[in-house]
Amino acid sequence: MSLVFAGIMSHGPGMRARAERADPVIRDPFFATLDRLRDRLEDARPDAIMVVAAEHFANFFMNNMPAYCIGMAEDYEGPIEDPEWLRIPRRTVPGNADLSRRIVGKVMERVDVAYAEEWKFDHGIMVPLSFLTPGFDLPVIPANINCQGPPLTPLTRAYEFGRAVRAACDAVPERIALIGTGGISHWPATPNSGKINVDWDREFLRRWTRNDRAALTSYTDEETLRDAGQGGFEIRTLVAVAGACENSTGDLWFCEPIPIFATSGFAAVMNLDEETAAKAA
Amino acid sequence: MSLYALQKLLYELNRDPRVQQEFVADREAVLSRFRLGDEEADAIRDDDIGLLYILGVNGQILMHFAAWRGLSWDAYIQAMKDGLAKHGQVRGGIYAAVDGGEGGAV
Repeated sequence: MSLVFAGIMSHGPGMRARAERADPVIRDPFFATLDRLRDRLEDARPDAIMVVAAEHFANFFMNNMPAYCIGMAEDYEGPIEDPEWLRIPRRTVPGNADLSRRIVGKVMERVDVAYAEEWKFDHGIMVPLSFLTPGFDLPVIPANINCQGPPLTPLTRAYEFGRAVRAACDAVPERIALIGTGGISHWPATPNSGKINVDWDREFLRRWTRNDRAALTSYTDEETLRDAGQGGFEIRTLVAVAGACENSTGDLWFCEPIPIFATSGFAAVMNLDEETAAKAA
Repeated sequence: MSLYALQKLLYELNRDPRVQQEFVADREAVLSRFRLGDEEADAIRDDDIGLLYILGVNGQILMHFAAWRGLSWDAYIQAMKDGLAKHGQVRGGIYAAVDGGEGGAV
């Protein structure tokens, strides 16, 4: 089949761990938007959800850091963090090793992706799943882009990774949903936590919804660090989703700063049916 | 600086309950496996979150160690601010590159 859903959303641990401290005037419509995102996902009737995440030293460290990695396990455990801290109970999340293997094989034709048969999910995957598949029952294909330990993969390569993921999805019979999750501007887990450059966020999301490849991949890491903090490096996950949908444009559903969540709360989708319509015409 | 080893210790501690048990029972045994400088080892011995931040530990590693050592979110943020006030700018790691070595200080 192919890709049946593609979206992006934020994943800050505060969305669960400190939810009651967010201003309800912003938080409630944000969470309602995520409910809408879940409805869109369910309407697409996916067989599996691929989560492109930017994990935070849960599985990958500087002893052997893959630029790109895709999970290939029967199941996964998460969260790796203290469940009381994150307020998401620890559980086993189903994978699909056979589907993963076929996807990894296709992606490898274009990108030298690593694979992992062990993977503990951190908040970067567990928080989005807790909103999108709250029963944790849809098989997950985790993908990771190193956004934490420089040197980091160039943004142009992240877009190419997305294109390779799309080619892989097109090559399997299953219906695949794709969610990219990372912060936009943020300075997470530092004294600057809560600082948000909302103008930068909105400009980035404008580029994303237009799927303007040149503009999306034009940020240098120095610029991102200066304007969007070290957390801004996580835009690689969002750029990859744009790459997977290179012939589509998207819609921004929500973007408002929520300091206690450390980022703007945001959600956006790509309109995959545009592409289908264009092919038919 | 042996920031790599310092972060590796915390990474293993964060993800492995067996290392956590060992750390609680015999912190020196865990410390002995990593080639740390004296200041780094003391920061681990003392749960000195502020100093670990100044030494360059990534917050994505440090915040989980702090939570495990019993610090609330606000206490964790305050510990880093106190570290900046006491020791000055961040000396290594990614935050030394941010804001010209000011460690992302507010």
